[in-house]
Amino acid sequence: MANGAIHNRDTFLQTIAKRLGREPITSTVLRPDWKHQPQWTVFQGYSQDDLLEVLKSQCSRIHTDFVATTADALAATLKQTVAQYGGGPVVTWNDPRFAEYRLMPLLQSEWPNEQIDVHIWDASAGRKNIEWAEKANVGITFSDITLAESGTVVLFSNSGKGRTVSFLPQTYIAIIPKSTIVPRMTQAAAYIHKQIENGEQVASCINFITGPSNSADIEMNLVVGVHGPVKATYIVVTDR
Amino acid sequence: MSMKIGTDPFHERVETGINNSFMRGAVAGAQERLRTRRLEAAKELGNWEEWRALGEEIRQHTLEHLDYYLMQLSENVAKRGGHVFFAQTAEEANQYIRDVVIKKNAKKIVKSKSMVTEEIHLNPVLEAAGCEVIETDLGEYILQIDDHDPPSHIVAPALHKNKEQIRDVFRKKLAYNKTEKPEELALHARKMLRNEYLTADIGITGCNFAIAESGSITLVTNEGNADLVTALPKTQITVMGMERIVPTFEEMEVLVSLLTRSAVGQKLTSYITVLTGPRDEGDVDGPEEFHLVIVDNGRSDILGTEFQSVLQCIRCAACVNVCPVYRHIGGHSYGSIYSGPIGAVLSPLLGGYDDYKELPYASTLCAACTEACPVKIPLHELLLKHRQVIVEQEGKAPISEKLAMKAFGLGAASSLLYKFGSKVAPSALQPFTADQRITKGVGPLKAWTEIREFPAPNKERFRDWFREHKKGGEQ
Ligand code: SF4
Repeated sequence: MANGAIHNRDTFLQTIAKRLGREPITSTVLRPDWKHQPQWTVFQGYSQDDLLEVLKSQCSRIHTDFVATTADALAATLKQTVAQYGGGPVVTWNDPRFAEYRLMPLLQSEWPNEQIDVHIWDASAGRKNIEWAEKANVGITFSDITLAESGTVVLFSNSGKGRTVSFLPQTYIAIIPKSTIVPRMTQAAAYIHKQIENGEQVASCINFITGPSNSADIEMNLVVGVHGPVKATYIVVTDR
Repeated sequence: MSMKIGTDPFHERVETGINNSFMRGAVAGAQERLRTRRLEAAKELGNWEEWRALGEEIRQHTLEHLDYYLMQLSENVAKRGGHVFFAQTAEEANQYIRDVVIKKNAKKIVKSKSMVTEEIHLNPVLEAAGCEVIETDLGEYILQIDDHDPPSHIVAPALHKNKEQIRDVFRKKLAYNKTEKPEELALHARKMLRNEYLTADIGITGCNFAIAESGSITLVTNEGNADLVTALPKTQITVMGMERIVPTFEEMEVLVSLLTRSAVGQKLTSYITVLTGPRDEGDVDGPEEFHLVIVDNGRSDILGTEFQSVLQCIRCAACVNVCPVYRHIGGHSYGSIYSGPIGAVLSPLLGGYDDYKELPYASTLCAACTEACPVKIPLHELLLKHRQVIVEQEGKAPISEKLAMKAFGLGAASSLLYKFGSKVAPSALQPFTADQRITKGVGPLKAWTEIREFPAPNKERFRDWFREHKKGGEQ
């Protein structure tokens, strides 16, 4: 992609430097070692099982259903959850993990045979994908990183992993391999920061999603489901 | 100044606020809930003071090196194919955005909540360019369809409206025929707005934190409206105050944790979205074109002055939610989109003393705001500094005893307000206390004491006062 344009920068930055009483900075500024770093002590030393418990209890506070299953039972669990949400249409990411977790038979034959429409994100179909997501009753993605403390799934977009799958459908299901669970946002941010330091390009959209959409704008009453999904379920795969 | 709301003089606005009993009840209830949730969230972390110290250090470091980080940010946005416009003034920002809108031949624009676009008064410019502009944050949507009623709280803009009023507005403006149940109202708004997202030409957002190392912007919402605003229209314009930036993802994370806890008592809000440039090649959703507009509009004049720390602000409204004066007079009384203690400090700086010189007096200097602030801005000290500057410039305090009394409620109400003090205020006032009254002050306190002899804040802490006050019901 061609570089974008930058307008009016020099005078703007010079004004700032002048106000700060010095010349504009031209050499590299190193971040200091922050004196306090309490973010690293949260759930320090917790095992993966401990973190799973933290995640589970947090789910009840974010209006999100929590289901634990195994890789073998995942297809059945997923099927059941979608049925509880009233069936299709279903829209999913085009993500190799659906095959790894042996979910393709469900997506490609079982559901279609039961008249449940399934749309797997297909970049070549362009904006049509958004129409599918908009009409879908259920959106399904995997979680790339999962934050125990807040009950958050972190999603990195790419051509197969459309942004709208997680927020246009009526309901949302995240499949969470247990190994993706970390204590809190600190670990996810450190991971992304490392990527950048290594010269890798960050995803154009990184979504930190914590339960269904909600608002308290009317007399401070909590309403769940405003612009995004009205319900959400996390399915944790405990042996992956 | 365009951040201004309403044209009534200060004392009339305050009077209107005090006389609106629903508003006062709603404000008190909301403050109470948000304050309690913040305290619980802070308690859960255990070492809240360490978190605040970290937040302060990050913000101070970033402001001290602001030109460096803005340079890095703009380079990285451009590398990812985004365009960056540095706007010295509100007019420059509006002009640039207008040009983009005209070039794109845009007819419909969806927006997610953004204080800075309110501050620069962007919407009328867009409308004059022939665009329909739709606010998508539920609170802002309600205000917009009610003939642009101004916001009264930084985080909960429609706080002053009850559900019956909202129902009536929906009936009048949106052919709504259901009840005042919040669920039904929200569902109706959802239906109306869905179609707008899908047919809008441009999405406009604010920015909670820009990330210098990657050229990213971070948006924090509970509704998820910012995701729709940025995923569906072909062009995205993000407008940010120049100070809303952090060095890396790691500092963004810390400040987001402080923001969501301080604003709504949540560990994280439902949607935290980090966007970098326009969509990548091969992506289907996300904008084809991305513009970042970085706004100064008076901020650089604050840098290097005794007021610099106000730029540490992350707009969480924790200070608003503990302020006894805000509770008493409501958000509209401040005459600015920035209300409460942060508004009383910031509005005179961005909008000038001509319009806002009374605001630094809308405070009891109880220091509850300073104690609540997650990035440790010494708000009550900055209010005192304002008074000092005002008196230096004008030779006298701008507000008479009568107006001050009106502002803070008459008689018993005012002495109640002044009776509490938090741990900072009593010691700051100590030298000037005789018989438990503040008499003549020197320096910063001169302005204050010239208004009238106020009872000195006693050692009772704010929380105790708050509890007592609650028992006693409305003053
Ligand atoms: S001044 Fe502090 S407490 Fe008030 S809104 Fe800003 S960051 Fe929050």
